[in-house]
Amino acid sequence: MVSKSIENMPEYVGNTHRGDLVLPEDVVKREELIRGNPTFHDITETVCKMAQTPFSETHIGWRVGFAISLSLAIMFFGLIAYLIWEGIGIWGNASPVFWAWDIVNFVFWVGIGHAGTLISAVLFLFRQKWRTSINRYAEAMTIFAVICALVFPGIHVGRIWVIYWVFPIPNSMEMWPNFRSPLLWDVFAVGTYFTVSLLFWYVGLIPDIATLRDRVKSRAAKIAYGIFALGWRGSMRHWLHYERAYLLLAALSTPLVLSVHSVVSFDFAVAQLPGWHTTIFPPYFVAGAIFSGFAMVQTLVLPARKWLGLKDIVTMKHIENMNKIILVTGSIVGYAYAMEFFIAWYSGNQYESFAFINRAFGPYAWSYWIMVSCNVISPQLFWFKKLRTSIVVSFVISIFVNIGMWFERFVITVTSLNRDFLPSSWHYFSPRIFEPLFLIGSFGLFFTLFLLFVRYLPVIAMAEVKSVLPQANPHEGHHS
Amino acid sequence: MNQTSTTYGLLAEYDSTHGIFEACQKVRDAGYKKWDACTPFPVHGLEKAMGLPASKLPWMVLGAAITGASLAIIFMVWVSAFDYPLNIGGKPTWSIPAFIPVMFEITILFSALTTVFGMIWLNRLPAWHHPLFQSIRFERVTDDKFFIVIESSDPLFDQKRTQKLLEDTGAIKTEVLEA
Repeated sequence: MVSKSIENMPEYVGNTHRGDLVLPEDVVKREELIRGNPTFHDITETVCKMAQTPFSETHIGWRVGFAISLSLAIMFFGLIAYLIWEGIGIWGNASPVFWAWDIVNFVFWVGIGHAGTLISAVLFLFRQKWRTSINRYAEAMTIFAVICALVFPGIHVGRIWVIYWVFPIPNSMEMWPNFRSPLLWDVFAVGTYFTVSLLFWYVGLIPDIATLRDRVKSRAAKIAYGIFALGWRGSMRHWLHYERAYLLLAALSTPLVLSVHSVVSFDFAVAQLPGWHTTIFPPYFVAGAIFSGFAMVQTLVLPARKWLGLKDIVTMKHIENMNKIILVTGSIVGYAYAMEFFIAWYSGNQYESFAFINRAFGPYAWSYWIMVSCNVISPQLFWFKKLRTSIVVSFVISIFVNIGMWFERFVITVTSLNRDFLPSSWHYFSPRIFEPLFLIGSFGLFFTLFLLFVRYLPVIAMAEVKSVLPQANPHEGHHS
Repeated sequence: MNQTSTTYGLLAEYDSTHGIFEACQKVRDAGYKKWDACTPFPVHGLEKAMGLPASKLPWMVLGAAITGASLAIIFMVWVSAFDYPLNIGGKPTWSIPAFIPVMFEITILFSALTTVFGMIWLNRLPAWHHPLFQSIRFERVTDDKFFIVIESSDPLFDQKRTQKLLEDTGAIKTEVLEA
């Protein structure tokens, strides 16, 4: 193809099939989204390489990683079986701390999912074209994170064989669930979120699965990809409805993602417990969710772009942009922590004040300060361009944020519960051996699914990346 | 027109978005109706070059959204206020604000399901067998090549003249597809 720099093609940048927005000159001169002027075919080759590698030639790192993840996932299922057999007494939960690591893990995993939807839906609506390089990845992360999240409330109900009681299904008891309970809202919110995320991901995958169908050699693989490609043939009459569907899904997912973590926060905020009963919770939870989700995308993308050879597709521009979002949402989270304290004092409510002083200086002060160091202090380093464009710093901070956001949920849940209104019932909650094992096991399940995804599905949205290449614009002139 | 029974149509291959864009305008202006363009990604403006009408999908989704919202609110009011009223802290059973989260989620759920299955239905997918798939060259449609196919059932279809038209549009290769 003809090698051209982006300056020579002002029309392209603001004018692909996504819309008719024409950007001013200074915006046009930004760094290219995809480096090295690849052809359409180069994109296909780069992205399909991993999926088309025969099993015998799979990279040793993938095999080791998969073996470890799968072992942990099997342990997770074993632990779940034991929990169902023995009951939730195997955890350290005891009065008044009936909600502990299970709800912490649930909120942690649901929160991580939010970045995926934000990248795929919100950035799509804002025409942020850099998203095309990371959206597939992030959407897969969303689905696997929500699967991990759904496990925890599922097993925490104790009698899992009557889990269907949470759904409004006609039954012989002639009972209905209580629609005025936030816990029921949560069932609908997270259930809808999972369904819609899965649909969004799958719709995006259809054309790319068709690419794999047309390229793989083995008959079994051809049939497997073929079934899920639905016979996609790239027809423009199909693309017309397809693009409209994609836009609609983005428009539906955007309010959905904001609602999901708001509803999750209602689980706490609607309860009349000091430390939970605050109106700041919905926006604060949503910001925290996006914050933790972007950190998890960084944790996953930074190694993958190296190992899968995607450095020209996921460039420093993408990493820097994500770090900027981590900085913004991290600052919002820091502001929320400060505002909670301010309101606790300003309200003049002695229970509220006690709950917050107890949080920062009580028996769980260690967890509060871990949270503050990881979530408030560490992302502030991204004010410096040198640090936010460093792979090592980005990776380390992403890990810190993951840890910090887990502790945030721990702080909210456990510190509010452990000293309730009656001092005689105060109790210092400690986990037993099973809680950390469940958390590690859920990571095993997450990485098992994720490694299967990077191995067998296109990790980059090929059709979308091709459509943002300069030569995708039909008015750009001839290209060989 | 004997060949219509055995021929599905003519396939023409292009190797750039520019090429297929101009070709589509020519095929459209020649007056063909039963034809299609197949591309690895949606080429901007190609639907206009082909003269396709806008998708009706948004209207289907709007219908689903209204249905979802109405069913959810009716169901929750019926359950909470009539069929199974629960006294919770003396609060009203008809508490519309408490029904908003579930109503919202059901609206989104109905809309999203309609979006996806509506799109699949409008596209008449799944279609695992299609005459286009017999062409080896057509495998590149999901990679980097662009195609126009004109069906033999189009009233203007004439193998020689249609082939001439496609060659004149700058096709790098044309081939006949069996039905």
